[in-house]
Amino acid sequence: MKPVTILSGHAVPLQRSDVDTDQIIPSDWLKRVERTGFGAGLFSEWRDDRSFVLNDERFQGATILVAGPNFGTGSSREHAVWALLDYGFEAVISSRFADIFFSNCTKQGLLPVTVSPEVADTLLAAVAADPGLEITIDVARGTVEAPAIALSATFTLEPFTTERFVNGWDDIGLTLRHSDELTEFEQSRPAFLPSTR
Amino acid sequence: MSPRTMAEKVWDAHLVHRTDGEPDLLYIDLHLVHEVTSPQAFDGLRLAGRTVRRPDLTIATADHNVPTTALDLPIEDPISKKQLEVLTANCAEFGITCYNRGDENQGIVHVIGPELGLTQPGMTIVCGDSHTSTHGAFGALAFGIGTSEVEHVLATQSLPLIRPKTMAITVTGALRPGVTAKDLVLAIIGAIGTGGGIGYIVEYRGDAIANLSMEGRMTVCNMSIEAGARAGMIAPDATTIEYLRGKAHAPTGAAFDEAAAAWLAFATDEGATFDREVVIDASTVEPQVSWGTNPAQVAPISATVPDPEAIADPAERDAAARALSYMGLTAGMPIRSIDVQTVFIGSCTNSRIEDLRLAASVMEGRTVAEGRRVLVVPGSHRVKRQAEAEGLHEIFTAAGAEWREPGCSMCLAMNPDKLAPGERSASTSNRNFEGRQGRGGRTHLVSPAVAAATAILGHFATPEDLQ
Repeated sequence: MKPVTILSGHAVPLQRSDVDTDQIIPSDWLKRVERTGFGAGLFSEWRDDRSFVLNDERFQGATILVAGPNFGTGSSREHAVWALLDYGFEAVISSRFADIFFSNCTKQGLLPVTVSPEVADTLLAAVAADPGLEITIDVARGTVEAPAIALSATFTLEPFTTERFVNGWDDIGLTLRHSDELTEFEQSRPAFLPSTR
Repeated sequence: MSPRTMAEKVWDAHLVHRTDGEPDLLYIDLHLVHEVTSPQAFDGLRLAGRTVRRPDLTIATADHNVPTTALDLPIEDPISKKQLEVLTANCAEFGITCYNRGDENQGIVHVIGPELGLTQPGMTIVCGDSHTSTHGAFGALAFGIGTSEVEHVLATQSLPLIRPKTMAITVTGALRPGVTAKDLVLAIIGAIGTGGGIGYIVEYRGDAIANLSMEGRMTVCNMSIEAGARAGMIAPDATTIEYLRGKAHAPTGAAFDEAAAAWLAFATDEGATFDREVVIDASTVEPQVSWGTNPAQVAPISATVPDPEAIADPAERDAAARALSYMGLTAGMPIRSIDVQTVFIGSCTNSRIEDLRLAASVMEGRTVAEGRRVLVVPGSHRVKRQAEAEGLHEIFTAAGAEWREPGCSMCLAMNPDKLAPGERSASTSNRNFEGRQGRGGRTHLVSPAVAAATAILGHFATPEDLQ
């Protein structure tokens, strides 16, 4: 993945909790065998409603999605992350992310920013009131700042996850450093474990 | 060594590499693959010039897209057809056993693993599907992964993982007659919420859990993810061992006894502590029906549709109001008064032989309510053959239900089995999200017993309502 260090841009306020991956990218889109082109399917059922926030011209060009708690619940589909990235989002801010979605984000370079419920609510209200609000996220420092509303908050990633974002490291490459240990481990596995053959 | 939980024991037994400040590298014993979340992973391997490290620990099946109509009919959706063909081609290229549509071993990935004996206690099992938690019913550490992780496991047979916290959900006492594992897990999700399990591996414990069959345990572990927990586990015991005895990929002879002793040793030690503990009294659980658009929005069948205004938390109140609007329900309606048009009995949650036996026992000698569509979709060809040997298919078709070929079907409507906009279902599946069973469809999650009784009366009902 490409390195992610400092993100700066406008946001879209998605004032809903429990936004599940079936909403982020409906299952019809999962039949595709490619990894690209999912942006058109992002929230496609909700986008049929003209009043849905992504259809609001004031939020065009936003690169940050601010959402309610439990964002990304449900299915393991990484297509949800591909759709958000392909649409143009670089970060999602929420007070709580589902585990698999969070993990998928970190593999693809979509920054999941976990803030307190108070900070999330403040940002949702501030962005709704001022679509041009400038937000800056610094991955290495773990900060979210919106100077216009004097907001400065922190978020944490596992230190190694931060390193991976900042350096754009490839997980498989990192694991293959341990090939000898993998081989050694394989020789110690109990003989009764099943083979699929 | 200090006392450890089952999750900690399985974790420790698979540790390949540990460095402070980095995720642990865990070995993966079994990788299950299906057509939807794997094509991009195989592409990634090809781009990087990598191979599959252990095709002998990898198995694939076609399940999400397959039509459930007659096998001699072609697949009409060209995009689904292509995805299935890509799975077959990828498995052939990389040397992976693949059970295609019509194969005697084909079925839903979380149904075939256990029935083939590939799912065993103490193993690490992954699949690009969130309901991989199902396999935790055997005391395996099993969880869903994204496509990048699928590629990682194909290439290295391992995953870098940050150790989750542990939660014990102890279910004391006994379930009342007529209350099933599905009702229990829906009640658990209702109690801890969709986010209650985030960051945890859940271990289900207590008498009510120990008394469940393997099928019931799989139903409970399957829905762990609906409470946010990536994995759910149940300690292996005599029930587990007897289930595995004689299965195709289970050990035989002396090796079986050796394995069984090793399996039992994975159970949580006396005195081990969990990061969070929840206790539920089984005797308080009633048959459940979901009323909203997430699996925590659930109520006993005897209740009424809740009033969002009575919910204190503003986010939950707003979510409930949105859900009622989407579902076309009004606060205060008795749940039994809600009419349904379609009943779906199937999915990795409830499509095993015991589920079909239960539904058939309710529908035997009765007729589906007029105008209702009832789909019974067995989880695998093995389940289908067993059900047919017992004559269950004749009970279903005599009642007016459709007896289908195996697959994920209407659980997520990637194949032609869908709800129309506004159509309401009683479904034994696991997710009632907006549009899950077809755009605009309205899904209510229930047990196979409630689904079958609802099929007969046309509105939500329990088998007792038929007496």
